[in-house]
Amino acid sequence: MTEDSPSIQAAFSGNLGGFSLDVAFELPMKGITALFGPSGSGKTTILRCMAGLHRLNGRLKVGEQVWQDDDAGIFRRPHTRQVGYVFQEASLFQHLSVRKNLLYGEQRTTHGDNSAFRFDDIVELLNIGHLLDRASTDLSGGERQRVAVGRALLSQPQLLLMDEPLSALDRMTKDEILPYFETLHAELAIPILYVSHDIAEVGQLADRMVVLSEGRKVAEGPMVDILERLDLQPATGRFEAGVVLTARVTEQDTTYNLTRLDHHGQSISIPFADVDIGDPVRLRIRARDIALSTQKPVGLSIRNVFAGTIVEIREEPGTAFAETLVDIGGGRLRARITREAAADLSLEIGKPIFALVKSISFDRQTLTQRAP
Amino acid sequence: MIDFAELWPPIRLTLELATITTIVLLLLGTPIAWWLARSDAKWKEVVAAVVALPLILPPTVLGFYLLIALGPDGPGGWIASLFGGRTLAFTFEGLVIGSVFYSMPFVVQPIRNAFEAIGERPFEVAATLRASPWDRFWSVAVPLARPGFLTGAVLGFAHTVGEFGVILMIGGNIPGETKVLSVTIYDYVETLQWAQAHILAGGMLVFAFVVILSMMVFGKRIGRPGL
Repeated sequence: MTEDSPSIQAAFSGNLGGFSLDVAFELPMKGITALFGPSGSGKTTILRCMAGLHRLNGRLKVGEQVWQDDDAGIFRRPHTRQVGYVFQEASLFQHLSVRKNLLYGEQRTTHGDNSAFRFDDIVELLNIGHLLDRASTDLSGGERQRVAVGRALLSQPQLLLMDEPLSALDRMTKDEILPYFETLHAELAIPILYVSHDIAEVGQLADRMVVLSEGRKVAEGPMVDILERLDLQPATGRFEAGVVLTARVTEQDTTYNLTRLDHHGQSISIPFADVDIGDPVRLRIRARDIALSTQKPVGLSIRNVFAGTIVEIREEPGTAFAETLVDIGGGRLRARITREAAADLSLEIGKPIFALVKSISFDRQTLTQRAP
Repeated sequence: MIDFAELWPPIRLTLELATITTIVLLLLGTPIAWWLARSDAKWKEVVAAVVALPLILPPTVLGFYLLIALGPDGPGGWIASLFGGRTLAFTFEGLVIGSVFYSMPFVVQPIRNAFEAIGERPFEVAATLRASPWDRFWSVAVPLARPGFLTGAVLGFAHTVGEFGVILMIGGNIPGETKVLSVTIYDYVETLQWAQAHILAGGMLVFAFVVILSMMVFGKRIGRPGL
């Protein structure tokens, strides 16, 4: 980001019950940035500060507008900020129908016909047209959350804040909603700050990440780069650690029920997925699902073999494990292996290596699909 | 024979008193209930206790102090002097003031509970949807607290209708001015006019039963969130 291009600049500090918060970060004016960290790292507080619902010392500039600047004595109250906020629970107004919930914010914006988000478009985008005349209490969890997103967007925000909008939902409902969020990402030209402690969710949605730990920023940058960083553990988690690759769909194999993808010339097979040939898909590949081999394996059931080069090895002292980063041309894979294996294979930086991924490790949760 | 014409004035007076008192209490009690529900002030429970005092105070005690306050030497006397009077005691206006104090907890408490039950979240949501504090009160707090308003209004009205001790202390027994139903019944019994007492007492029994029943039935329906 250059000095000139408009951006969102935030800095907050203060005491929060058990610990102190002190962070500063910057977001571009488009795309999804994940505010990632374990529970209690201050994510929600930061979001509330940005909406003006909570006040800590700090500064907040959104594009050309200053929303908070303590030195200048500026603190804009929540209803004067053009912000959309999606809470963990949908928090629809119980006394209003779905339609009136959606219109609540829209009726209070002064934009008139120049609205960036039009009612009919948002209703279609989120597929909530059939719910409009229902009572807001008469919806499923996933429907409620979609209406909440629509309501926030129709208030014509310059910035959309989403506070773990999926965490109150079960796995099936999450899978139902995620494609809609993907669509938002593709269709909407507003910046989204998305709070999550679920690395899989972040891998599917985010372009950029701000990693928090105990009220401090640990890292900030493009999501793909952050996920490749072996030094960020335990902030990014061990068990679920992994990278995200973007591959293109090349073939739907109906004989074996496989979908074949191309990643910079290397072929990947995954269980059949409902995607179109030519589409890009994101695959999250966990470090613990990868095995390494110094020779190209033969007579092995594992179908996905990537030729690459070791670019980083990080042993975890006091444990049996080591993390390695393998460059496979156009992308990098993280592999979690034992320290003993690393020694036996004489792994070192620059050594050519084959990374093995079982097809089965690509499941619904690791593959981002498009909205139906 | 029973003269039904003589039964009507106290009934009309009672209904007027209860209606005006309820309207005043909704206007006065709502901001008090809102403040009690939302304020962080440490001394708000002191205010809540003062509001609730008539619940346990003997009506004669409340009536005694009101009599002093409304009398020629109290603030009530001063107000009366502005309108050319000498005292608010033994006037209809005085009864309204007394009834407002006496029935206040029955109006404030249900509305306060209803405001508190809403919680912080709907107001935060409304704020992020550009609603100002005033707008949030009318578009979120009032509709969500609707069952509380209904309960408060009905209880306030019914409790004022049933008022006796305070009225006797500050209103006395002036026909057409301060002689309400409960006092009239007392009078009939004192003068051994049992038939008249039966009619009024029976009427109030039915009234009270209908009020309670309709609140239970109707309250359930409007308490249900919907469109």
